[in-house]
Amino acid sequence: MDNVGFYIIEFLFFPGILFTAVVGLVFQWVDRKVSARLQWRTGPPFFQPFYDVIKLLGKELVVPRISKQTGFLLAPVIGFVGVTLVSVILWLTNLDPTKSFVGDLIVVFYLLLLPSLAIIWGGTSSGNPFSAIGASREMKLVLGYELPFIIAVLVVAFKLHTLSLGNIILIQQEEGLVIANISVILAFLIALVCSQAKLGLPPFDMAEADTELMEGVVLEYSGVALGFIKLTQAMSFFVLTVFLAMVFLGGLPLNGLHLLWSLLKVLALAVVFILIKNTNPRLRIDTAMKFFWGPLTLLAAFAMVLAYLGY
Amino acid sequence: MDIFKIALKRSPWVYHVGASGCNNCDIEILDCLTPRYDVERFGIKLVGSPRHADVLLVSGPVAFHCKERLEQIYKEVPKPCLVACIGVCACSMGVFKDAYSMGGPPDKVIRAIDPEAIIIYIPGCPPRPEAIIIGIVKALNSLNGEKL
Repeated sequence: MDNVGFYIIEFLFFPGILFTAVVGLVFQWVDRKVSARLQWRTGPPFFQPFYDVIKLLGKELVVPRISKQTGFLLAPVIGFVGVTLVSVILWLTNLDPTKSFVGDLIVVFYLLLLPSLAIIWGGTSSGNPFSAIGASREMKLVLGYELPFIIAVLVVAFKLHTLSLGNIILIQQEEGLVIANISVILAFLIALVCSQAKLGLPPFDMAEADTELMEGVVLEYSGVALGFIKLTQAMSFFVLTVFLAMVFLGGLPLNGLHLLWSLLKVLALAVVFILIKNTNPRLRIDTAMKFFWGPLTLLAAFAMVLAYLGY
Repeated sequence: MDIFKIALKRSPWVYHVGASGCNNCDIEILDCLTPRYDVERFGIKLVGSPRHADVLLVSGPVAFHCKERLEQIYKEVPKPCLVACIGVCACSMGVFKDAYSMGGPPDKVIRAIDPEAIIIYIPGCPPRPEAIIIGIVKALNSLNGEKL
């Protein structure tokens, strides 16, 4: 127990809140800048996401009278803590793969789900009909994408015979990237599509749908609470790219020339997300459900069978 | 200077209230968002909910039906916030001055519920996008005590 102070510093600063928030906001700038360039605009200045969040922290927090106050105010904090914990687990494993504990892949699955659950809780307790519709869509979306996403990541776990993130990285560093197999390429593509839905980016942004639901689940939030939600979204974007890079692309070593290579991996993944986001219109919730439970789950099962057969 | 006010100056999110205008000013507001004028350069973003807004863009002479809604929307916006009256109808009623169906210019409606409200006027029929952008930037500078 003498390491408690050390853990608190890790949670608050280096792989935790401060680091993830800053890098997440930089990633959001990359997102907005690339989107702007794709639309032939100039785009926001570098510090724009920071200004947005600081401004929101200074605004008045309005709590609607008909809302359930506890859930309304607690939900953003829970989502924020969830995504920070994932970041801490991922980065500590990444820095020292031998240190990871058994089955941390499963813990990461659960914690990655926390921001979505928090946003559903917050949306339903805000007492706004648009938020309620958004929350119900988010709930259906979670049910839809979670199954193929888990199967896709389990293909890697099955291929390498381990459920620990540290071992996944170590084996890939020793025996070459796992993505050289056909089954894993298939699983990687499935995981990319599911992550798009997990982040609530188009074409799976029907829970926020700013043109029909006015940002749906976060409609009633203002001030500090909205700042936390925006921060959580920016951080999830970064954390999910790191997760995919660790599982499918063999980790992100930070020593020497490897640093550039790792940066390239993460940025390339982010740009793929942004390109999908900018070139696809929003799906309806029923088409999205059919897509996830039909073709995508079947494809994931097929990838699993391929992995079983040794491809 | 207050760090929150600096940040507010750099990222004003605008909410568009169409208070029975003729759509001309509304189209000019949308022009600001096009690649040619790209207001995201200044951090200006159009949001869909008054809860997220820092600036209310009101266009049109407020009709009786709209008066209540305008008051309600102003109360919903978290403070500090600005109100920008876009176009000559919102500034001074224009040709609708003594019309029987109008509930008064937006500034009067808002002053009635909040005498401290910061209101700016951007005249024109319709105002050019440049005028809208510079009006909002000047108003945000005035938050820090600078002269207009």
